[in-house]
Amino acid sequence: MNMPFLELRGVGRTVSRVDDRPLVILDGVDLVVDVGDRLSIVGRSGSGKSTLLNLLGLLDSPTQGDILLDGVSTAGFSARRRDVTRGRDVGFIFQQFNLLQGRTALENVMTPLLYDTGAAFWRRRAIATEMLERVGLGHRLASTPDRLSGGEQQRVAIARALVRRPRLILADEPTGALDIETGEVVMALLDEIATASSAALVTITHDPAIAALASRRFRLERGALAAEDVGAAAPGSSTSALPSSVERGGAA
Amino acid sequence: MTGVLTAFVGSVIEAWAELRIHRTRVLLSLIGVAVAVAALTSVVALGNIAQQATIETSERSSGRPATLYVSAFTADGSAPDAAVMDATWNEALERYGVSYASRVGQQQLSIQFVDGVSPVNATLVDPPYGTMHRVEVAEGAWFSDSDANRLAPALIVNDIFYARLGSPDIRSHPTVELAGAKPVTAVIVGVTKALPYEEQPSMLMLNDAYTRLADRLVQDAAYPSYPQYEMWVPPGISTELTARLQSDFSASLGEGATAQVNRQDYAAYGDDPFQTVTLVISAIAVLVLLLGALGLVNISLVTVRQRIQEIGIRRSFGATASRVFFAVMMESVVATVAAGVVGVMVSIAAVTSPWVEELIAQGVSDVPPFPVEAALLGLAAATVVGAIAGLLPALVAVRVRVIDAIRY
Repeated sequence: MNMPFLELRGVGRTVSRVDDRPLVILDGVDLVVDVGDRLSIVGRSGSGKSTLLNLLGLLDSPTQGDILLDGVSTAGFSARRRDVTRGRDVGFIFQQFNLLQGRTALENVMTPLLYDTGAAFWRRRAIATEMLERVGLGHRLASTPDRLSGGEQQRVAIARALVRRPRLILADEPTGALDIETGEVVMALLDEIATASSAALVTITHDPAIAALASRRFRLERGALAAEDVGAAAPGSSTSALPSSVERGGAA
Repeated sequence: MTGVLTAFVGSVIEAWAELRIHRTRVLLSLIGVAVAVAALTSVVALGNIAQQATIETSERSSGRPATLYVSAFTADGSAPDAAVMDATWNEALERYGVSYASRVGQQQLSIQFVDGVSPVNATLVDPPYGTMHRVEVAEGAWFSDSDANRLAPALIVNDIFYARLGSPDIRSHPTVELAGAKPVTAVIVGVTKALPYEEQPSMLMLNDAYTRLADRLVQDAAYPSYPQYEMWVPPGISTELTARLQSDFSASLGEGATAQVNRQDYAAYGDDPFQTVTLVISAIAVLVLLLGALGLVNISLVTVRQRIQEIGIRRSFGATASRVFFAVMMESVVATVAAGVVGVMVSIAAVTSPWVEELIAQGVSDVPPFPVEAALLGLAAATVVGAIAGLLPALVAVRVRVIDAIRY
């Protein structure tokens, strides 16, 4: 049987509070993400989206359940191994772009390669330049973020997220700070580049139009993840939706 | 292995980029460190120079540790028997295996200069005196053992004396006439620099040479004819040797005469007399450095809080906690080492400037060079301060909660 790249099994996250009962943020989340998948997760503020993002990106550990990476439980990962795995397998795209201020577009895209240990470290300039050319910014290599438009900044962020060829791209409201047209262009680019490097793309958004671009759509409500609109044909994706792999956790 | 290399190179690249982007802030905080390092280095260097200068000056006048002086006097005020003194002295040198010893006498001799006869103070010594008192011969050479047997006695004169002769070439064996019943021609074999307080011509002459010629020369009766005896011995045995010499001389001289043996070099009273000065200087230097470090910690902490978002972004792209720690630490160390180099250079420029040299090394003919240990201490202090000042911000940086930081 083909092993999924990333699997969440009954994942829950609670936060203990000093004078109150523990706060349940996520509860019984089951999710399978495979190479090439296009997922969208919608939900209101406070529904646990960013906590789920933290867990998917190995930035946080679940308090219940388990996260498996290539079939291996990550529960026993050391902090260092989590960091190294994140650097190698996960690329982040943020709502506010979060480029490093004062650094050029090229330096920003080179940053993740500084944490590589192989040939990519030494070839980082060439690799980053090529990546920026792919997002259409070959002419803005030396520009700092304050001299780039919002769309350009997000394209730099996309180049940065993909420069180490991660298997999973986590996009947190990637179009939240862009106008509608620019947002569409950016999403098309993201989809294209993710497809080219056969990475899975998980988009967290509250924009239904952006969510509709994904082949598998989920809604997060009060810490529970539910598949949405399962049968509908997903536009622009060859990956078949796998409804059977998405289950609602039974525990309430 | 390659991981360690790329991690190190990567950290240095990150630290350098950080410093480049925050030039102004870095520059401002580093001025404080550079000033502190310059102050520390200067204080230590000046202290060393002053101490060295003082030690050398006192060694020139009263000998190196441990120098024992032997003198004797009689109850009726007459001079003790010189022959007995000499015999006892030579016996003692042989018995205790002392190789650096000298009789030291003073005499005033009349010198025939071109502009007339002048009285000149002569110090009568034995050859080891030059080493014992760090006598530096600027021109020519110190007495050799054979100089005692020359028919024309050898002289070493100070440069005031030499200038009155018109500073002839020492290789031409310049001579001078010692006035007296039967004038004696002496050869000048060496020239010393006058001591800071010396304003008159003076000269050194070997005891044995003087003794042979004494009755031919004009002498000043006010000067005692018996010499003082000096020996340079290891400090460890000086106390015991003092007691033994005391009893040796008392026994030889017999009733009615008293022998005195004492130690007069700068270290005579046990403790290093410069210890207090060194301690005070060190305390001031440490305080100065602490102030510099506090300023740096303050600035680093503020900036690291401003950079929490950036650190969060780096963490999200795979920077390990140790890598973030090292990079933040490295920024501090790279910066303070650079500031330390500047501080040490400023200090060298200041301490070796003619104005400061004149102030600190007053009355010292040869100012010691800038002490290397002061420069090294300054650099080491800068590195340590950088590491300490970087520690706190680095710890803060490691504790950053990544997603919170990014959404900040």
